[in-house]
Amino acid sequence: MASTIRVRATSNGDITEVQALIQHPMDTGFVKDAKGEIIPPHFIQRLTFEHDGKPVFIADWGTAVSKDPYVKFSFKGGKKGDELKIGWLDNKGATDATSAKIQ
Amino acid sequence: MISTMRARFMTCLASAALLLAACCGVAPQASAAEAPNPVADAKAFRDYFTKKFPKVKLEDFVNGPYSMNEDMHRQWEEKEQFPPYEFALEAGKEMFAKPFKNGKTYADCFANGGIGVRQNYPIFDEKEGKVITLELALNRCRQANGEAPYSYVKDEMASLTAYMAFTSRGKPMDIKIPNDGRALEAFEEGKRYFYTRRGQLNFSCATCHVQSPGERIRAEVLAPALGIMNAMPIYRSEWSGMGTTSRRFTSCNSQIRGVPLEPQSDEYRNLEYYLSYVSNGLPISGPGARP
Repeated sequence: MASTIRVRATSNGDITEVQALIQHPMDTGFVKDAKGEIIPPHFIQRLTFEHDGKPVFIADWGTAVSKDPYVKFSFKGGKKGDELKIGWLDNKGATDATSAKIQ
Repeated sequence: MISTMRARFMTCLASAALLLAACCGVAPQASAAEAPNPVADAKAFRDYFTKKFPKVKLEDFVNGPYSMNEDMHRQWEEKEQFPPYEFALEAGKEMFAKPFKNGKTYADCFANGGIGVRQNYPIFDEKEGKVITLELALNRCRQANGEAPYSYVKDEMASLTAYMAFTSRGKPMDIKIPNDGRALEAFEEGKRYFYTRRGQLNFSCATCHVQSPGERIRAEVLAPALGIMNAMPIYRSEWSGMGTTSRRFTSCNSQIRGVPLEPQSDEYRNLEYYLSYVSNGLPISGPGARP
């Protein structure tokens, strides 16, 4: 299966702007399905962006974040061509990771 | 003084005469309007919107609420850089290419292998005498190849139509009404459905999408009906997922507290035929993203 993470990182000299879209159900555990049974909670707990071995953005997420979440942030110190590593871990222990070059 | 008064009197007379002429002119026009005339309908439809929104470029109407004000347009531009329908689009591309159990693919069911044909749908099938929408054609393709049909409202169907729409992006909507009384009848039926009030709220499709586009309905900005089909299928944040034309029609009907029809019923097919025809010439922009 294709990666669940889409990333775009662009540098304009000093600042690198990062956008990411992650495919995840982000179920809260409060919703019932068509049969009336509760859909168990299933959400991303930790999202990490690493640049040059150092984390530049860590998010501790809960059930309040929407399905297929979108993140945008910027940081200093990135250069064009540098690699950015992105990974998430959810409450069921599933993970996914990908990397992207700063453009 | 007197001369100006006389001039004013004369203009009054002149406008009265004009009014009279207009009144007398109504009778023959009315009888002409009763004969179905899709070309005139489409022109009047388009003119209504371009007149109501003189600042909006014609090809921009396909972006629905995002065409209605600058602030929303900026939001949309940002959204389009990282569109929420991307996952569905990718899934649709894979599904479209994947052969059925008998080895055939969706491409075998469509002209030009299904690539860049979205703008021709819905088509009027003269053999069957009915309107064939893209969603219906896709499910018929599946059934003809021994596969179970998909739900019309979301998921797989939305992904498939998203991919097909994407391959037609920018192409002008090109719906044809063949020289067949039944096709004209389908167009007229669709038009009737569009303008008929229903539901506890007593709204027609036109109440929101002709009378009040650009106005707010609670927190949402209403989309103009012109070009509304060109953006289908759509990712709606409200649904937190993709939805097809069928989903849009059925949910609109529930929102006005009416009882929705079955997806792809004759009424909805005719409605899609009418709505697509009056947006002829506007570019396909689907899959779209909506608040």
